Amino acid sequence: MEKRVFFRSAWLPWVLMAPQVAVIALFFFWPAAQALLQSVQQSDAFGTSVDWVGLDNFRNLWNDDTYLASFYTTAIFSTLVAVLGISVSLLLAVFADRIVKGALAYKTLLIWPYAVAPAVAGVLWLFMFAPSVGVVSYWLRALGIDWNHLLNGTHAMTLVVMAAVWKQISYNFLFFLAGLQSIPKSLIEAAAIDGARPWRRFWTMVFPLLSPTTFFLLVINMVYAFFDTFAIIDAATQGGPGKDTAILVYKVYFDGFKAMDMGGSAAQSVVLMVIVVALTVVQFRFVEKKVNY
Amino acid sequence: MKLKFAAVALAASCALSAQAVTEVQWWHSMTAVNGEWVNDLAKGFNASQSNYKIVPTYKGTYDESMTSAVAAFRAGNAPHILQVFEVGTATMMASKNAIVPVGKVMKDAGQKFDPKAYISAVAGYYTAPSGEMLSFPFNSSTTVFYYNKDAFKAAGLDPEKAPGSWPEVALAAAKLKANGHKCPLTVAWQGWTQLESFSAWHNVEFATKANGLAGMDARMKVNSPLHVRHIENLANMAKQGLFVYKGRANVPEATFVSGECAMITTSSGFYGNVKKNAKFAYGLAPLPYYPDVPGAPQNTVIGGASLWVMAGKKADEYKGVAEFFTYVSSPEVQSASHKRTGYLPITTAAFQLTEKSGFYKENPGTDVAVNQMIRKVTDKSRGIRLGNYVQIRTIEDEELEQVWGGKKSAKEALDAIVKRGNELLERFEKANKKG
Repeated sequence: MEKRVFFRSAWLPWVLMAPQVAVIALFFFWPAAQALLQSVQQSDAFGTSVDWVGLDNFRNLWNDDTYLASFYTTAIFSTLVAVLGISVSLLLAVFADRIVKGALAYKTLLIWPYAVAPAVAGVLWLFMFAPSVGVVSYWLRALGIDWNHLLNGTHAMTLVVMAAVWKQISYNFLFFLAGLQSIPKSLIEAAAIDGARPWRRFWTMVFPLLSPTTFFLLVINMVYAFFDTFAIIDAATQGGPGKDTAILVYKVYFDGFKAMDMGGSAAQSVVLMVIVVALTVVQFRFVEKKVNY
Repeated sequence: MKLKFAAVALAASCALSAQAVTEVQWWHSMTAVNGEWVNDLAKGFNASQSNYKIVPTYKGTYDESMTSAVAAFRAGNAPHILQVFEVGTATMMASKNAIVPVGKVMKDAGQKFDPKAYISAVAGYYTAPSGEMLSFPFNSSTTVFYYNKDAFKAAGLDPEKAPGSWPEVALAAAKLKANGHKCPLTVAWQGWTQLESFSAWHNVEFATKANGLAGMDARMKVNSPLHVRHIENLANMAKQGLFVYKGRANVPEATFVSGECAMITTSSGFYGNVKKNAKFAYGLAPLPYYPDVPGAPQNTVIGGASLWVMAGKKADEYKGVAEFFTYVSSPEVQSASHKRTGYLPITTAAFQLTEKSGFYKENPGTDVAVNQMIRKVTDKSRGIRLGNYVQIRTIEDEELEQVWGGKKSAKEALDAIVKRGNELLERFEKANKKG
């Protein structure tokens, strides 16, 4: 059953919505329109001469093998970040929820990384894993693993995924914890009395009841992996070795802000926007059906 | 962003009206020791006269300050003078409406300005095909070779004799490794040192059209047999653990200063850092070369930055800019700057003055960079100036990394650099054809 509210006045709903609409228009629609506009233009760095080039920027992307390859890289990266980020934080939330003593300390520590800027997170992990001076790479070498993310693509991908997941765990954790705490204790207890063990209780009751949260986080984490991770990549690997960690949004950032190719960068962000919109639609149409509200 | 610039401009104009002198804004990217140098230059100029006041502002790294200037220009608040690294030169040159050629600034202000006073490799780089000097050479560097004398001694090598050729470098590296050294050789700025400067040093083309200096229709040529041979050589050294890749840009420099790597090729501007922080005896030497290549060694290419004058300012302010440039290019100021920073003396007069003062004898190695640069340049060695250069540098990094990692052969990677680089060059040519 959907709940609906009816207004008798014709203008009141619009007025009530106006602040939100203004914010979205200013911070979403306007920049998005700018991106669309710039994606069909080619200009010099200072914007003194602007040419209309139609779909040339998109054609250039299409002809660039490395750009097409970065779709694959992005898919791997985003899937890893979203799946690992959600499962690790769900695990942590379930444990934190069961803790009786010192719960506040654990929770605070788990939420902490969210306050760290992405670039700082990238540098932090970079230091720990630096091939010659990093603490972790030193341990790994002791274990017989020759860690070198400067030349080994798998190592580099592992590094940026870890940094990105670590950064996002806090956010996911908060939502899962809130979700867990809103599940009525009586339900769990009833199941326990019926003889369901913790493992079974989790999969048949807790997890389905958490599904709205999980779904929400899936969407958010996908968007995070697609859009918000360029600073981590820039600080940790700069897309290297080769292009092994050059995800789509990193190239948008690099081409736009470092190489100052506004047209090319805008075209890429349009492509990215289309992908994320499509992904979100897919998620809402198919995944959401499995969600119990 | 725009709001911030507007606020800065407002603050600046308030300050302006309070004083009778004309303020000239100068955005730069010099930090630490070099940042102090820039401030001292401004102080020296401001004290030398009373009509103008140079205000230097640190705006982040080279690419950050360039991005800030672009944003400021679009908002109508650009500085008068902007320091731009050599990689951004072609972009600046193409932005004709955003800049004023330095030759014009000097002429309009009635200042004497002779481009011939500059070392030809330096002046040529900042001069348009038409012969007009577009930006003011400021801090120029080039690629040199540094080695750890203590490590050489320990490995039984002569610490006073730097390996001059690549075969000698490989031999020295093998001896260092046999002596237990984990990183005999590394390279910083791999694209700049191993492809760009390497080309000029061996008098082979890096790109057509005099490496881009003669026109925007230049195309990459880095897959020549000599380039392939060199990258193959380095790849073999990497396989044997003689050459160890330590990252992009100047990141590998730290491994030389710490003593981890015994030899490195990088910028002459690295000298100040080594002098201050290295806890071992070190030596500077010319870039290694292949002795069997005819014409080698030629000269190395320029790096560093120059000062650009931005468009849309008042005539009086341009006069201040011109006076400041005249002040900075006097042989005394030039020579003092060179001794202080390790950047090249950019005028012949400044070089002679420095030589006369006995500085090179007291500080052995400081003349290496200068000697590599003050030679008669050829069309293939004058310098490299390409459009979309920032991206091309990244392509060089990406492809070379795949060679060091054993994923691609030298030939495959260099072919890929040519192919991907040419696409960018074609696009740049197309975007800047009109105007």
